[in-house]
Amino acid sequence: MTRSDVLVDADWVEAHLGDPGVVLVEVDEDTSAYDKGHIANAVKIDWKKDLQDPVRRDFVDRHGFEELLSARGISNDDLVILYGGNNNWFAAYAYWYFRLYGHANVRLLDGGRKKWELDSRDLVTEVPERAKTSYQAKDQDTSLRAFRDEVVAAIGQRNLVDVRSPDEFSGKLLAPAHLPQEQAQRAGHIPTAKNVPWSKAANDDGTFKSDDDLRKLYGDEAGLDFSKDTIAYCRIGERSAHTWFVLHELLGQAHVKNYDGSWTEYGSLVGVPIELGAGR
Amino acid sequence: MSAEPQGCGAPAGGVAVTENSSGEAIIEGTVTAGGAPARVGYARLLNSDGEFVAEVPLGEDGGFRFFAAPGDWTVRVLAPGGARADETVTADRGHTTTLAVSVTAAGS
Repeated sequence: MTRSDVLVDADWVEAHLGDPGVVLVEVDEDTSAYDKGHIANAVKIDWKKDLQDPVRRDFVDRHGFEELLSARGISNDDLVILYGGNNNWFAAYAYWYFRLYGHANVRLLDGGRKKWELDSRDLVTEVPERAKTSYQAKDQDTSLRAFRDEVVAAIGQRNLVDVRSPDEFSGKLLAPAHLPQEQAQRAGHIPTAKNVPWSKAANDDGTFKSDDDLRKLYGDEAGLDFSKDTIAYCRIGERSAHTWFVLHELLGQAHVKNYDGSWTEYGSLVGVPIELGAGR
Repeated sequence: MSAEPQGCGAPAGGVAVTENSSGEAIIEGTVTAGGAPARVGYARLLNSDGEFVAEVPLGEDGGFRFFAAPGDWTVRVLAPGGARADETVTADRGHTTTLAVSVTAAGS
């Protein structure tokens, strides 16, 4: 797999945003960004309302995903280009989610909404009309998704990558600093996890660093053993989807899972081990 | 940089610190470009080691807010045209540190 199989740049999007068979999707936590302005022809997906079960803490099921994509006018053979705010956190999460339900033809816009805005490229408010489709999803590919028991069993066995900021990792903060400090019952990190903040994989403008830089970052600097399987986590699984994308899609690591329960689940579990401080 | 107050108690330039009742260590501010609110741009919060901690898009009024921990921080503002500004601030629990940042696009 090469970078061009999973990433497109802004020039590519400008050249292809009207192509049949190409669907741009903006994914955000705060979808008012889309409503104020989005890339022409882009439809929106709301990270919470559209992708999360409204009652249980879980994803919409396969049927729910089929209904969502059908309603957005996305077909099984469409090339889906995802982008969003927060340095593509939620777009990377959606990318992982699309892959989880078997949509292979999906790419991320490198740099997401931020790079597009900083480049002063055009945004529009018109919402495109797309005819409804009959999207068929596959069963979840759980080789991409880690659950809590597997994470506890992975302590000291697999690479655990905690992609939160150093202050969340050490236990000083419970959430990213742009959010109120709430959520998990306890602060800290999973023992033996390496702290490689997601942001180290990205440039200031939100684009991904080069493959060489990324390999150096996770290998030489963080000491990840690339011969072992890896689980990435953060607070709710969106920043770790960004790191999952780097390790699995850009660097081609074979067995990388995203733990979407992440710290809000792990830090509230009874009896599991927690480590504080800067890590080892 | 002048410290003269300007609407809502925000300083025209520099830093102001006020108490808040939430108990959080809040860093907030507004960004202007050419004297007008910067409606497009991003504020990044870096810790004292220069490590990235958080980022928010600027609001319609050029505003941003972080819930930090007590300590020293750098707020980095990015705006179109390669505009960039770094400001260092100190945050304290129960206090709101308010910054006024003005940016100029590179080459403009």
